[in-house]
Amino acid sequence: MAERDSKNNAGRQDKIWRKLGLKDFEYAMIVDQLGREPNPVELNMYSVMWSEHCSYKHSRSSLKLFPTESPRVVQGPGENAGVVDIGDGYAAVFKIESHNHPSAVEPYQGAATGVGGILRDIYTMGAQPIAFLNSLRFGPPDNDRGRYLLRGVVAGIGGYGNCVGIPTVGGEVYFEPCYRGNPLVNAMCVGVMPLERLVLGQACGEGNLVVLAGARTGRDGIHGVTFASEELSEQSEKDRPAVQVGDPFLGKLLIDATLEAVEKKLVQGVQDLGGAGLTCALTETASRAGTGLEIDLDKVPLREEGLEPFEILTSESQERMLFIVEPEHLSGLEDIFRHWQLPLTVLGRVTKGRLVRIFYRGEIVAEVPAESVAGGAPAYEPEGREPDYYRELSSFDPLSLPPLKDPGRVLLNLLSSPDIASKEWVWQQYDYMVRTCTLQGPGGDAAVIRLRESGKALAVAVDGSGRLTYLDPYLGGMLAVAEATRNVSCCGAEPIGITDCLNFGNPEKPAAFWQFRRAVEGMAEACRVLEVPVVGGNVSFYNEVEDEAIYPTPVVGAVGLLEDAGRHCGPGFKEEGDAICLLGPEEVSLGGSQLLKVVHGRVAGRPAGIDLGMEKKVQALLCRLVARGLVSSVHDLSEGGLAVSLAESCMAGGRGAVIELPLSTDPDLALFGEGPSRAILSLPEKNRDQVIEMAEEAGVELRVIGRVGGDALDICCGGGRFLKLRLDEMKKAFEEVFSWMMS
Amino acid sequence: MKFGVIVFPGSNCDLDAYHLVRDVLKRDVEYIGYDRRKLGNFDVVILPGGFTYGDYLRSGALAARTPVIEALAGFANSGGLVLGICNGFQVLTEAGLLPGALCRNDSLQFRCRQVYVRVETNTLAFTGKAKNGDVLKMPVAHGDGSYYAPPELLRDLDDNGQVVFRYVDRDGRISEAANPNGSTANIAGIANRRGNVVGLMPHPERAGERALGSVDGLVLFRSLIGHLQDREVAGNG
Repeated sequence: MAERDSKNNAGRQDKIWRKLGLKDFEYAMIVDQLGREPNPVELNMYSVMWSEHCSYKHSRSSLKLFPTESPRVVQGPGENAGVVDIGDGYAAVFKIESHNHPSAVEPYQGAATGVGGILRDIYTMGAQPIAFLNSLRFGPPDNDRGRYLLRGVVAGIGGYGNCVGIPTVGGEVYFEPCYRGNPLVNAMCVGVMPLERLVLGQACGEGNLVVLAGARTGRDGIHGVTFASEELSEQSEKDRPAVQVGDPFLGKLLIDATLEAVEKKLVQGVQDLGGAGLTCALTETASRAGTGLEIDLDKVPLREEGLEPFEILTSESQERMLFIVEPEHLSGLEDIFRHWQLPLTVLGRVTKGRLVRIFYRGEIVAEVPAESVAGGAPAYEPEGREPDYYRELSSFDPLSLPPLKDPGRVLLNLLSSPDIASKEWVWQQYDYMVRTCTLQGPGGDAAVIRLRESGKALAVAVDGSGRLTYLDPYLGGMLAVAEATRNVSCCGAEPIGITDCLNFGNPEKPAAFWQFRRAVEGMAEACRVLEVPVVGGNVSFYNEVEDEAIYPTPVVGAVGLLEDAGRHCGPGFKEEGDAICLLGPEEVSLGGSQLLKVVHGRVAGRPAGIDLGMEKKVQALLCRLVARGLVSSVHDLSEGGLAVSLAESCMAGGRGAVIELPLSTDPDLALFGEGPSRAILSLPEKNRDQVIEMAEEAGVELRVIGRVGGDALDICCGGGRFLKLRLDEMKKAFEEVFSWMMS
Repeated sequence: MKFGVIVFPGSNCDLDAYHLVRDVLKRDVEYIGYDRRKLGNFDVVILPGGFTYGDYLRSGALAARTPVIEALAGFANSGGLVLGICNGFQVLTEAGLLPGALCRNDSLQFRCRQVYVRVETNTLAFTGKAKNGDVLKMPVAHGDGSYYAPPELLRDLDDNGQVVFRYVDRDGRISEAANPNGSTANIAGIANRRGNVVGLMPHPERAGERALGSVDGLVLFRSLIGHLQDREVAGNG
């Protein structure tokens, strides 16, 4: 049947695969793997699954560089989310994913469905979601379009996350002109579950039922993955129908119903419907299990009449789940879904053999090998070439700039710059406390979420610098991993795994692929030395508008484990008289710094390099110091250097500080230079000797640079005053500018 | 002494209320399904926060039409103690168990932050262990939290001592800046005339453990427990 159809249609298709985003060479591969020409329905299935978004065809070979194993890893990349053992019979489940293109044309729904999508990935594994984070990039908020995108994305993240009752506990927001037309919206979700509850997305067991639950299928998000695998253009507005529409209420019911079904062991396999919809869920579950499926498309509950089979198969309607169920458990599953008033439909069954066979109105409309559709796409090794800008920008020497005239004014400018300024305007729109487990919410280095079951806690953070990766992709990749894991270490948590979202330009362009490859190499090297595995993630290519690419932006989501939820640390100075110490190496650079960007309007120079061995020592030491309760506060040093971090610790604790730096230092560099593997600690005088001793033993530099006290940040250098700012002045600059800008 | 927590489709602070009663206050607590037509034997029934039915029509409107609400009305009419938190407050106003309405925040945005509220009356079962004028720190997290009452209702509420909490600054002073949603007369929570049904937008169940930043919310629950204990003693004597 299928074969005859394909012959009839072969002439009419007229290289229709090109319109579906496939290359002639790829079409030839499909014909080869199928042993015949695909019919139009089959071609649609192939085209969505062989899109960049689903098949990772330009990134697969590079991603192999990542270390993905550790004694804790239960499930690495390849399933819906990574699973890491956290002891006591429990596991942490987490993943980050992009929703950049949808958010560029429809910010509210684009962001909301990004949150909904990553949420499904977590509870699909059987885990209770416990936290959301997000990493956002926009153009400068100095125009209506920029503010519209920011407002819409933030409202969409809150709209979905608040409604489903999972706290949004942390994230980051940065602004650069390169993200103007192509903002980045990366959403991360973290869940926890008893290890024995783990379910996989596998269609195992011949004769088992294939069940679709949740929302009805409509025409939204058709070919969303294809849209995500192209550059954006003026024409992208017309792709609004490729953006899905979220229903967080239905999403919330689906979580509860699915987790109840998993807990009662009523389901053999679970797979959410996200990118590429039913096609992806069917072919991936069959492919993973090495089975076949027979599916009756007539059974799919539709939102409207007249959907074509290819539309039903590629629709990305949200809030849908696929279950593989033993026949005797169907009635139990139906009871749960009836209570929550959710539709549940048997679509077909698992078969022997490896074919996915789709029936519609009594006829076979598609018959494809699951492995070919889900995993048969080519893996490309694109050409990479160092772009021209690279050497030119790195030859710039920031020390050639004149010394700062008014460092106090400069610090205020930095504190009120959109990248550094308080993001309370953003996170007060997110419910970051629901579930009453948030021990430390947004605004710190990482968020800390307690685990009621064990008395432990998880620290979670997202981090990545597009600017630094642009200036040096290999270094930027290393820094993203180092910074995210250091952020959780600052809270006292041991990093146990990361998930990554790799946002890059068009991989078919040698410069963009070079950036990608170098960044991945850097990340892989950092993971290897820091001994932290990558357990899942996502690649987003084609982040370009009108040929202009974004900064290469690898974003890392790190998860750390705190053995004692009661022993965690925040960034704020707590006690008058505490000694303030600078931990970590002295080397810093103004290359790629916030000072250079904000004061001089330049993105250039060489960022400070990283000694990953030292980074590891610093992180381990931070964990030990917090675990033993020796420090009152810990704050990572990042954008804006020592001066900004000191100001943040002062403001977070509502206390001033008196800092004395030695004469030998170049104060502009020492205070505004940026470098990795560093943190500011404050600690009671009585612990001072012990902490110094521990740092010496660990082989990490530690210098006492001042004391907590007063109501100002007072910095002297070699006896002369460098700057003095009152707390209220700094708070005004830091806290008010963002809401003023957005109103 | 038994607490009940109603679970509507879309409730999401049910767990938090349940956890506080069971693990912090060490009292009996049970979930109550939205489709129950009989409540059972409870002393206090909590309507938790969340987004019932997605708040798609008006916040709380659809939940107010579920089977359990009829049973709840009977419970309230016979003097049972009912506490509606956030979305639960919205459900109570939609169900007609509390007067007034909750409208969109004046910022037109969802707001999650710590606020301060002042205890306006301590003659209720819900506030007996507080002093009038006590300032409590609790978080809010809502988009539709702006309490509205027309002038005549407002007068009634004041005259009958039905205003239970008002938004204030840290020092107990009423101000516009202290009001997170633009509510009428800085009202954060009210009671019905009989004083056995209370609704408030802030989350006392999120302010019950030091690790979460405040324990000021406990006074509500301790007041209820104290009231029930006194009643038991009185009943036995």
